[in-house]
Amino acid sequence: MSKKETDKISGVETTGHEWDGIKELNNPAPRWWLIVFFITVIWAIGYWVVYPAWPTLSGHTKGKYGWTQYKQLSDSQAEIRARKSLYLDKFEKSSLEQIGHNPDLYNFAVAGGKTLFKDNCATCHGTGGAGGNGYPNLNDDDWLYGGRLIDIYQVVKYGIRSTHDETKFTAMPAFRKDGILTDEEIELVADHVINIKTASRKTRGAKIYKEQCASCHKANGTGDIALGAPNLADAIWLYGGDKDTVIETISNSRAGVMPHWVERLSDEQIKQLTIYVHSLGGGK
Amino acid sequence: MSSLLGIYYLAPWLRYDRGPLVPDQAILIDMPNRRAYFFFIEIWPQEVYYLSAILIFAAVALFFATSLFGRVWCGYACPQTVWTDLFIWVERIFQGRRNDRIKLDNAPLSWNKIWRKSATHFTWILISLATGGAWVFYFNDAPTLFNQIIHLDVPLNVASWIYALTCSTYLMAGYAREQVCMYMCPYSRFQSAMFDKDSLIISYDETRGEPRGKLKAKGCGDCIDCGKCVIVCPQGIDIRNGLQMECIACGLCIDACNSVMDKIGKPRGLVRYDTTRNLNYRKKGIQEKVRILRPRTIYYSIILAAVGILILYNLLNRNILELHVIADRNPLFVQLSNGDIRNGYIVKILNKTHKDKVFALEIDGLEEHQITVQNALDLKANYLPVYADSVGQFRIFLTSEKQNTARTKVKFTITDKIDKNQAVYNGTFISDN
Repeated sequence: MSKKETDKISGVETTGHEWDGIKELNNPAPRWWLIVFFITVIWAIGYWVVYPAWPTLSGHTKGKYGWTQYKQLSDSQAEIRARKSLYLDKFEKSSLEQIGHNPDLYNFAVAGGKTLFKDNCATCHGTGGAGGNGYPNLNDDDWLYGGRLIDIYQVVKYGIRSTHDETKFTAMPAFRKDGILTDEEIELVADHVINIKTASRKTRGAKIYKEQCASCHKANGTGDIALGAPNLADAIWLYGGDKDTVIETISNSRAGVMPHWVERLSDEQIKQLTIYVHSLGGGK
Repeated sequence: MSSLLGIYYLAPWLRYDRGPLVPDQAILIDMPNRRAYFFFIEIWPQEVYYLSAILIFAAVALFFATSLFGRVWCGYACPQTVWTDLFIWVERIFQGRRNDRIKLDNAPLSWNKIWRKSATHFTWILISLATGGAWVFYFNDAPTLFNQIIHLDVPLNVASWIYALTCSTYLMAGYAREQVCMYMCPYSRFQSAMFDKDSLIISYDETRGEPRGKLKAKGCGDCIDCGKCVIVCPQGIDIRNGLQMECIACGLCIDACNSVMDKIGKPRGLVRYDTTRNLNYRKKGIQEKVRILRPRTIYYSIILAAVGILILYNLLNRNILELHVIADRNPLFVQLSNGDIRNGYIVKILNKTHKDKVFALEIDGLEEHQITVQNALDLKANYLPVYADSVGQFRIFLTSEKQNTARTKVKFTITDKIDKNQAVYNGTFISDN
């Protein structure tokens, strides 16, 4: 390679490299591109110093400031906790009643409870708390175990028929399976239950009801919150109020289960959920 | 130029008393609090259509002016032109006239060149800083921010805006200049659609000028082909080729040509503001005339008047009280144990006055009904307090017996407890799917 040679057709300088009579043209990368390239090289060196970059025999270089993704995560979580502490500290010390009458804490609880509800409760009770067949609607004013703040708090915390020791565990007999009543008797009771408000108290069904059901569901069918015995006289049926469904309920009993949340959620989370559910409109 | 710059720099400093707790800056766009103020007008974010209306008004006004006088906006009022002129003026102070500048550019590096060039750029940057610095005053309380800037204690977002606007001013007015008009500005591309034969444009009088030739040459027109009009043109065009897209109607070629005409003792106006129609008439020897009333100008003025009246009417009849009711969507309705139906709503009351107010909520359309407010303060439907200049939000439950129709129309009415001002919202009570 002695002298610079110019390609006749393109007018571009050649590099002097030649293969089988084909010569390589010298088209260098644009200047700006090179500059950017060198800047990225310099940037990379700085990056190696600051951040973990190279593998070593026993791990990897740590970087000057010890940055890790785990640390970043825990830092941001700590930051969120610090920001919440403004409310959380007061929240932890306040009773449910106090929270319900303090606009700041109340709004904090409803907002937090709404998120918690969607994450934990919506699977059964629906995102709007409207429930479904066998899963109580939390918007209405009919409560199996009471609609006061403390009642809701207890149910969320320990569940219903859950595996927790403190849970409420009541059972309705399965009148047919257990051989207490015959099919005919069950049908008569069902007829009485469906129209319990207006039905005559002198029918055979009414008599069987008084013997078998009234101890829990009360003589006029209003139920008992202490036992979780549903109100049979109101317009709300958890499993359905048609005759077939009522017969099935009497025959085989019902025993819905709600899990306890005390081991999964913190106390202030359960308090938030309580306030939220209470605010849906049915709270007493 | 100086009057336009004056308006730009001084406007944020105007004060306008609106009472306590409200900013007293006459023109202020308060982003963090979502309010815009213009003297007696206060706009909330949902009223941003006023802004669109004002922009439409400005656009039509621009079309109107263009159809009458050509690109006067570009040549005289456009910030791009104003700032470019300012920058060129700075250039001239430090580096002399055009020929001197070319000489300086070609000269080898010397102390003279260095100080002249750096002084130019330094002044440019100062002007840019002042430009970006003034812009942010429209979005912040001017005296407070000025104090912060002097003490170099500027919030990060404000600082970054100043920085961005400084850079863009420096680039646009210092380097891009006429390229902006040619390649970036959409207006230059479609302005020709607004011209007609009677629009005033910068034009070269061919009848008088052609054929070009030296002053002493015989049989030639008035144009001596000195090229002054081309040299002064900031857009780098030759106006003698007729109107071109690049022309921003700055009129520098007119001034240049007139000075030459004075020198050679010919009448002024070889290059002048004129209409295409008149140029043609002149060519044919017909009497020239000015037509201002043309279909184009007439319908532009009609649109202008219509939009103007609409804005004015809306501003004068602006609601100071608004009611919005958002019905729950999940669940749509709730059946209660006694068979009644309950609907949930979020009621939003917009109190645009600068006074705390109390409202009473009433509902028409349901015979027997009960309104409850779900909140921490035991508020009742007949006592809903809303702070001054803010939105009050309330969770409302409406309970009534099951209606015969699945959807019942109900009317929500709020009444100001004191001045009895009312706002209405037409909603729905759902009692079945």
